Amino acid sequence: MARLYEYQGKALLAEHGLEVPEGGVVSSPAEAARLAARLGGAVVLKAQAWITGRAAKGGVKFASSPEEAQRAAADLIRLRFGNFPVTEVLLERAVVIAHELFVSVIIDDQARAPVLLLDARGGSDIEERAGSIRRIPIDPRRGIDGDRVRQVIGDSPIDRAVHQKIARAVETVIEMAALYELTSIEVNPLVVTAGGGVVAVDCRMTVDDYAVFRHPALGIEIARELDHPATELERIAYRLEQADHRGTFYFARLTTAAAPDSRGLIGFHGAGGGGSMMSMDAVARVGFTPANFCDTSGNPSAAKVYRAARVILAQGGLVGYFGSGSGVASQEQHHSAYGLAKAFCELSLAIPAVIRLGGNGEDRAVEILEDACRGLPGRVEGYRKDDTPAFIADRFAELVQGADGATWTPRARSVPAYVGRSYRFPIKGGMVWIDHERCDRPTTAFVIEHASALLRAEDGLPVLGVRDAEVAAKDSELLALEVDCRRADRPVVFVDLAIPGLD
Amino acid sequence: MSILIDQHKRVLVQGITGREGRARTALMREYGTQVVAGCTPGKGGQQVQGVPVFNTVADAARDLGVVDISVVFVPAAGVKDAAIEAIEAGVGLLVLVPDRVPVWDTIEIAAAAKDNGASFVGPNTLGVLSPGKAVVGMIGGRAASARQWFNEPRPGRTVGVVSRSGGMTSSCGYYLSRAGVGLSTLTHVGGDSLVGLRIPDVAELLEADPQTDAIVVFGEIGGSQEEHLARLMECGQITKPVIAYIGGAAATEGTRFSHAGAIIEGGRGTHAAKVKALRKAGARVVESFGDLPEATLSMLS
Repeated sequence: MARLYEYQGKALLAEHGLEVPEGGVVSSPAEAARLAARLGGAVVLKAQAWITGRAAKGGVKFASSPEEAQRAAADLIRLRFGNFPVTEVLLERAVVIAHELFVSVIIDDQARAPVLLLDARGGSDIEERAGSIRRIPIDPRRGIDGDRVRQVIGDSPIDRAVHQKIARAVETVIEMAALYELTSIEVNPLVVTAGGGVVAVDCRMTVDDYAVFRHPALGIEIARELDHPATELERIAYRLEQADHRGTFYFARLTTAAAPDSRGLIGFHGAGGGGSMMSMDAVARVGFTPANFCDTSGNPSAAKVYRAARVILAQGGLVGYFGSGSGVASQEQHHSAYGLAKAFCELSLAIPAVIRLGGNGEDRAVEILEDACRGLPGRVEGYRKDDTPAFIADRFAELVQGADGATWTPRARSVPAYVGRSYRFPIKGGMVWIDHERCDRPTTAFVIEHASALLRAEDGLPVLGVRDAEVAAKDSELLALEVDCRRADRPVVFVDLAIPGLD
Repeated sequence: MSILIDQHKRVLVQGITGREGRARTALMREYGTQVVAGCTPGKGGQQVQGVPVFNTVADAARDLGVVDISVVFVPAAGVKDAAIEAIEAGVGLLVLVPDRVPVWDTIEIAAAAKDNGASFVGPNTLGVLSPGKAVVGMIGGRAASARQWFNEPRPGRTVGVVSRSGGMTSSCGYYLSRAGVGLSTLTHVGGDSLVGLRIPDVAELLEADPQTDAIVVFGEIGGSQEEHLARLMECGQITKPVIAYIGGAAATEGTRFSHAGAIIEGGRGTHAAKVKALRKAGARVVESFGDLPEATLSMLS
């Protein structure tokens, strides 16, 4: 997740000279008692969670002794906000508040520039405050108009002696937004203490997903917003995407259980962000519950589509597999057909699948998919651009109904017996195996004819015909070869694209 | 007429010697786009499909005169520098195709564009296509498909399409064409949370285009472009009929749905709120995407 917890944000603020309350993170009541004893006096304990209105939801507690702190921490660690259990608590020395400010920088998509949101009038109620927040544009080339910031501070009832310090704190927040490429930073409240200090009492930061690679020190594991802690499957999918940037592969779990009135949980495989959302809406409208959201698009390799299908089918309890994107894809569609066919065959798909492959080369794509999947326990049907999402959603419902309540149990992929002992060569992210023992003359001729000029015959057997570096990224072509060989009843080629964590 | 792109616009391709740049240059030229130059640092003097390659955009402009549009096919990390180079060389419109451009890079591009009076489409855009005239970007894939899929304008029955999804830009164009609707220009504004021309900006261009009779919008959850369009309709700046579909009815809050811009946060940018705002402003919003062509035909008659 590209959101930082309060304690992570505060550590960065402190590094850049903004004062934060003294304290630390604890993950057990005993730790809380020890830290409270060390700090001495009144402390505050705050559940670390990405929610709004945390105090109202019981996520903030005060304690005046180590024993109280221990009990408070125990209460907080039992909490759960949405899908997120509380695992960490920030324990800090309590601050005596004289005045509160709201300081935030967000990206204004209409102005196409960052904007400072600043309120120094000290309303503690959110509604009351909303009306008094000042929006001050930040020019990315020339910075902010300091006079406007000073005016907001100057108009406040805050003691003039700390105005300079506040202005400096606001500057720091603005600098941090640009430095860490934040899509939002909110310090609420920035507190003027009874002793005249200026302290950041809370902090939320969200780093731009696309910029996370430039900030490895932030330690963001999954640069992606989810409404739950990332699951193991999402971690596997994320690593797969990071390993192959040809096209998009996006996977997010939505739910593990269908509502009682649902027609069942389904594996969802979209193509293109908008087309995926539209297709997900279409299948939800006829009563199904997508277990996941998935999008392979932007001209993905067949291997990427294969891996996405494998990840989707690592979810249990599915009554069907629904694939549909924009339906009028600019990209050639046969890569997706080959990728899906390989995954469905390897797993011997036993639930119905409806895949809309509309777009360039759709006839060929549908032919590949349906032909390769003929004979699987689950029925696999391909559709074209003239078949609307609503139509294929209805067709999907028919097939699921006809499948007599079959549900999917994740299983290991089947790997041919010759893998491990036959002729082989590596490609990026995998290994290609060719069963020379079963390569008679016509089979060798077939293999070479369908190998996109990557193989040649040597002593009557198909072998790699180009340099290692040239074949490394040819997974789409080789995957097509494997599927075509199987379709021709000559199953002598296997592209091993093992998925770390699944295989 | 059309907006943004036509057969008279002089187009430069940044990153023309790369895999995408080469492939898309062929498509664009085949469809009718005037590709006058390409640009790749260090490859000046070469040719790609007969198109001269220059080291810099400024070199191309010096040799060839006016460049109206630059379409950028360089890796995401290089988009900022490429775009600013083109803006500073006097190019008026940029089409930024790459995905994953960091937001703060887009902010810098926007600032440079503002200072120089330029505008940009994207990042993360499939591009812009005016049927029968020209395409910048990669809408349609093959030129033959694009010709077959998208009708040219038809008197009294012509719409402009503006979409937050690339695939759905083609999809809208195709299904509308099949229903007998003519198309002035298809614009994919890009899937990011921060883009150059937004739906309301493109709607204003379509409003001013005499050949466009109505505006078809493919919107999505997240951000405020659809709500902004509704405000323009309410204050009379957009008077042509607006027909819309909003994706993401089944989306849940707090999860990002592929596009960087497609996320409901803090209750903002929901499907329901967008549908409500557009309907209140007088737009026809369909619940099922398949109903879009019929709704469009009924608004045109």
